[in-house]
Amino acid sequence: MNYIPHTDKDIKEMLAAIGVSSVEDLFNDIPVALGPKSFDIAPGRSEFEVTQALKNLAAKNATHLTNFVGAGFYDHFIPAAVDAVVSRPEFYTAYTPYQPECSQGWLQAIYEYQTVICELTGLDVANASLYDGGTALYEAAMMAVRLTGRNKIIMDSGVNLIYRTMLYTYTSNLSVEFMEVPVAHGQSSRQELLKHLDDKTAAVILQNPNFFGAVDDHSDIVKEVHKFGALAIASVYPVSLGMLKSPGEAGFDIATGEGQSLGIPLSFGGPYLGFMSARKELLRQMPGRIVGATVDIDGKRGFVLTLQTREQHIRREKATSNICSNEALCALRAVVFVALLGREGLRELAELNYQKSEFAKDALSRVAGVEVKRSSPTFNEFTVLLPRPADEVVYRMVNKGFACGFPLGRFYKGMENYLLVAVTEKRTVEEIRKLADSLEAVL
Amino acid sequence: MRLIFEKHKEGRRGFSYAKPGVPAARPLDARYRRKDNPHLASLSELDVVRHYTNLSRLNFSVDTNFYPLGSCTMKYNPKFTERIAGLEGFSGVHPLLPQLSGGGMLAQGSLEVLHATERLLAEITGMCAFTMQPLAGAHGELTGAMLIAAYHKDRGARRKYVIIPDSSHGTNPASAAIAGYEVKVIKTSPEGYMDMQEYKKSLDKDTAAVMLTCPDTLGIFNPRIKEIADMAHEAGALMYYDGANLNALLGKARPGDIGFDVVHINLHKTFATPHGGGGPGSGPVGVSDRLVDFLPIPRVTQRTDGTYALDYHRHKTVGYIAPFYGNFGVILKAYAYMLRLGKEGLIEAAEAAVLNANYCRVKLKGHYDLVFDKTCMHECVFSASRQVKNGVHAIDIAKYLIDQGYHPPTVYFPLIVKEALMIEPTETESKETLDSFIGTMIEIARLAEEDPARLKEAPLRMPVKRLDETKAAREPNLRWQP
Repeated sequence: MNYIPHTDKDIKEMLAAIGVSSVEDLFNDIPVALGPKSFDIAPGRSEFEVTQALKNLAAKNATHLTNFVGAGFYDHFIPAAVDAVVSRPEFYTAYTPYQPECSQGWLQAIYEYQTVICELTGLDVANASLYDGGTALYEAAMMAVRLTGRNKIIMDSGVNLIYRTMLYTYTSNLSVEFMEVPVAHGQSSRQELLKHLDDKTAAVILQNPNFFGAVDDHSDIVKEVHKFGALAIASVYPVSLGMLKSPGEAGFDIATGEGQSLGIPLSFGGPYLGFMSARKELLRQMPGRIVGATVDIDGKRGFVLTLQTREQHIRREKATSNICSNEALCALRAVVFVALLGREGLRELAELNYQKSEFAKDALSRVAGVEVKRSSPTFNEFTVLLPRPADEVVYRMVNKGFACGFPLGRFYKGMENYLLVAVTEKRTVEEIRKLADSLEAVL
Repeated sequence: MRLIFEKHKEGRRGFSYAKPGVPAARPLDARYRRKDNPHLASLSELDVVRHYTNLSRLNFSVDTNFYPLGSCTMKYNPKFTERIAGLEGFSGVHPLLPQLSGGGMLAQGSLEVLHATERLLAEITGMCAFTMQPLAGAHGELTGAMLIAAYHKDRGARRKYVIIPDSSHGTNPASAAIAGYEVKVIKTSPEGYMDMQEYKKSLDKDTAAVMLTCPDTLGIFNPRIKEIADMAHEAGALMYYDGANLNALLGKARPGDIGFDVVHINLHKTFATPHGGGGPGSGPVGVSDRLVDFLPIPRVTQRTDGTYALDYHRHKTVGYIAPFYGNFGVILKAYAYMLRLGKEGLIEAAEAAVLNANYCRVKLKGHYDLVFDKTCMHECVFSASRQVKNGVHAIDIAKYLIDQGYHPPTVYFPLIVKEALMIEPTETESKETLDSFIGTMIEIARLAEEDPARLKEAPLRMPVKRLDETKAAREPNLRWQP
């Protein structure tokens, strides 16, 4: 099967019009010696056969487990209306809206998405999205390097290790210097951070809630950062912003994050949604596509991709970034998700996550040998200290039907007995109680 | 249409959650809470669904319109792949599940998809190994450029330049720059190929790589491509293949056999995953044997018992370029598509794509200036320079096409062609569709002669007329203000 509509008669007529006798003739520019040495691909299969084969593979994934794993990527409920809207082929089979007159739907949706990101993060301008939270953070760091003309970045180790590692990879051929600061008692260590702050610092990167789930108010740090003429960059979890102080309120210059929690399935790591917003003074150094409102020749409101002189297809090697696409369909999921919830719904969602997570903390702290870390407040994720390696416990809990959390020893030496537990609104009281009971049984 | 925020009604709800059912927790300290009230619309579910459904109707798309957008390969996206990507067994898998037990035993299905897709792409392109992690084509380019840098660094060489022809995509030089390279641009000869003399002159011991699109952005296959690759290798440089145009070569030639060392593929072009209004894409990168050690981690490996595992221990790796294993949902659709087409289907796709492009080329060359009058591959590039004499520019042709229900070809790219019109019909379009598009293009050429004003005022049938892009850039209005 090939989805090609041509009949034999069509092909004959088309070849005659071109003036060649066979389709092969059209490939004469490819020297015979460059023909494929091998092309060992199985024959095509029917739609039913392929679907069955892939259903069988899907069944090999353990999606039956009750999920308490988060670590930056969360199992939230996705309303059916989100799926319905993004299933409109007029959205998902369109290309980038470079021709605005026949793409007003997409352009307006992205303009609305940009507004939602600005409102959630409390900042002035947002782009049309980036690949994921990690690439968004990298782009923010490079924005700060360009804006300040400095190359030292101070990074809190409460920033997701995955993102920190990505930043190191991306900058390995550029002259950017990183300073990592350990976390103290769950929250950002003021003392350590301020110690490294100097007039060579381009930016300080903080995450809220941090990787260990701790909630912080970073406004005091941000004030100090600004005294040195550096920029403050926040990496945030958008669902938490239904409740937590926004980066804008805390004084941050740039906010980035992973938008997966806004109606995007976990899908084994992608596609996800990197978002970015900033103070309006930083706009010209912002990477990625941006949609703006304007008017047509009759004065009617319309939307276009704008400020494209920052971008690779015009600036080539001098562009603000090499980034070309955005994650439009994921951004659409986010804006529809937020529109359905509205301001009340988003607050309710954040509150639910907080309440259930606090309940889980209480339930787990009653399990003998388990210590719930309470040195700082948390949102929907927290660390527990187990009496034995978390790896082992997690393995045993799988047999009880739970993905009970992320074993922190996988990322942090010396934290082998720590488990990171996430509790979203999807987890029921019964599931949380059963989690505690099962944990008691396997310890 | 009004903005969603302009439809807000205080007190209306579109979604609600079950009561928490837990005793009220101690409230979070006020210093951590937000005090402002984000201005998000409050609407009913129907309000929201109707708003976005009506917005969708303002777009052209492959399912509703012929979309011959050159270099973007807007082929039909088979529906069954959407259904597969939506299976809970795939969409519900947390990316850290492989970390929980037995080295990936909880996600064997997804790991098998990744491994099998890698193997298929390696066979299709003749490369040794693939990473599925790059999240888009440009991201693949960056990964490829970083692999090249790691390779030279490992050999103790600090090479400075990447050679790129002037017909290339803008992402090529931008990606090379982020990997720390300076760019040397080679001009295109009057025959439509990279200028060989200038190429020879530019190639030296400081050349890290040569980045090429093949067939190039003019839709032409360079018969001297092997010679170009051999010369690069002789100078110790690597060959980079921009896979934007791979659709034309399926089963016809393989970048690996030609001598390319790094290949990125756009799954959203060649392998029919939907473009999603500008993403998510997926840009897997394939490499020759000398670059395998540098691939990003983790690698998906197969154990001797047939099960799959993730390997994080590769001491020469460039590191992490994505949070996990790539845009899995997109990779899955491309895999399903490849299984469905199989060997013959893939070859037929390339053949019909090239047939369709040449049919458009021949039918239109009497009416528009063909930039290089020779057999093309999957796309053909015209110039509107003949129409410009009457004041009609490529943009006017594009806008009039919109009114006739066609998405315009790519205009003003490649940059080296004045008033470029780049037509890529793809293999899934019928002769009837092509004939009617060709008819419209011929009618436009006639109007350019007889009534150019008609073209200048288009589009008239869209929700908006031509938009003031200068105003958009000069007075940025990038968000709704309460």
